[in-house]
Amino acid sequence: MTDLAQLLVAGISTGCVYALVALGFVLIYKATETVNFAQGDLMMLGAFFALTSSTVFGWPYWATIVFAAAVMAVVGMTVERIVIRPVLGHPAFTVVMITIGVGYVMRGIVTMVPGWGTETYQIPTPFAEAVWTAGGVVLPVQQLAVIAMTAALCAVLYVFFRFTRIGIAMQATSQNQLAAYYMGIPVRRVNMMIWGLSAAVAAFAGILLAPVTFVHSNMGFIGLKAFPAAVVGGFGSVPGAIVGGLIIGVVEALAGYYLPEGFKDVAAYVVVLLVLMLRPSGLFGETMRKKV
Amino acid sequence: MSFFRVENLGIRFGGVVAVDGVSFEVKKGEVFTIIGPNGAGKTTIFNLVCLIYPPDTGRVVFEGREITGLAPHRVAELGIARTFQNIELFEHATVLQNLLIGRHRHRRTRFWQDLLFTPAVREAELAQREAVERVIDFLELAKYRDSLVAGLPYGVRKVVELGRALATEPRLLLLDEPSSGLNPEETDDMAFWIEDIKKQLGITVLMVEHDMNLVSRVSDRVLALNEGRPIAEGTPAEVQSHPAVVEAYLGAA
Repeated sequence: MTDLAQLLVAGISTGCVYALVALGFVLIYKATETVNFAQGDLMMLGAFFALTSSTVFGWPYWATIVFAAAVMAVVGMTVERIVIRPVLGHPAFTVVMITIGVGYVMRGIVTMVPGWGTETYQIPTPFAEAVWTAGGVVLPVQQLAVIAMTAALCAVLYVFFRFTRIGIAMQATSQNQLAAYYMGIPVRRVNMMIWGLSAAVAAFAGILLAPVTFVHSNMGFIGLKAFPAAVVGGFGSVPGAIVGGLIIGVVEALAGYYLPEGFKDVAAYVVVLLVLMLRPSGLFGETMRKKV
Repeated sequence: MSFFRVENLGIRFGGVVAVDGVSFEVKKGEVFTIIGPNGAGKTTIFNLVCLIYPPDTGRVVFEGREITGLAPHRVAELGIARTFQNIELFEHATVLQNLLIGRHRHRRTRFWQDLLFTPAVREAELAQREAVERVIDFLELAKYRDSLVAGLPYGVRKVVELGRALATEPRLLLLDEPSSGLNPEETDDMAFWIEDIKKQLGITVLMVEHDMNLVSRVSDRVLALNEGRPIAEGTPAEVQSHPAVVEAYLGAA
């Protein structure tokens, strides 16, 4: 029983990171109908910016989060403006290949920057090794903090999309660009801001992931786990991405403990296969029934 | 100063001359209709007027200001709204939400105020909601207020799109085939809305339409096109009996 509780918390906390990266996938996909395979690398880059502000500038943990998110928002908008916008309208395949290329470039750049390179680093956190015990269950504060911070971010994003002018404009743009134009929404600028938002969320995810995998130039490959999370949730649904991430995280944690070695790594994909068999459009997918 | 004027508009797509030397003027407060057989270039003119693509020749002037060359999202803030032949709504939102997005250009509150939902935001939201409710009353959409657009019948969606355009409070309303896909009864309703929009709301209407019944009922003036060129202009009766128009529709006798 105590094992199960600990596994669940560990799984949910990893799932939170998957969820945030998946959220980035979904935001960009809904807006520009492009799957951004550089999402994991945006996360990696965000973690490196946090590292620098923490170790070089010596800023406190909370300030590093704000700094990394802000810098990455600018990076995301720049990538959209310079690399993605010129190729929009070309076949989706072209755009996807370009995002893969962007990912490679980012990994390359990171290894060339002095102080970053190919080493593995740690970002100091205020939670460190502390644990929280309740009735025999030992829970690392680190994991609880990840869950709490993800929940807080989701709440902020909810308010943002529900109430702010720009958030509502983003929703409108992702539903119908042509109509959005004639409501007076500057669709291109909004798409650029969606890339910025998505990259900022990725930076947040990178900082949360840092204590688990440490910061290194290949940490972005976790995107390969977040992608199934987005699919499970029904690519295109924001709540779906969160739930999908949590499911993948929990299933992975349980599979790693109860099943023979090796299952942990394929668990995410088994979940995707099962979900797609039972609900082809994903858990929260919009089922499109064509009227005849 | 003319209210809305199109001068010598022309565009070609590859070797096809879609619109060639089209000029017309819409007077404030009237319903001006463009008719013509399929492929005459009616919708292309609409797309040029709405700045979807830039014309090769000519210009569009609205309230004394040349608007050709502006970005398409600027059209709404100028006071021009449009509907689409094939309906472009926000499918996964309710009717109310669709109409509220029509208020986008009238929303002035700031980001941080929005996030914190300050009293100023609350007041602004109430005002927007009130404006939308007037449109809902006007078009009798009350019973669909909270329905998702994706589930509504075609005829209702057409009215919702009209409502969303009205919610932007335009001075010029562009209707792209308002009767397409509607049954005779719904087309009849549409004619009433258009008359009311002109008389009660005082909005000038420029439309493209196929249904000659609707055209002669609501239009003050009609422009007939064929193969991208104007062939006749005048009252609905004049244009319908014009020999060039008869020939374009029925072929030479």
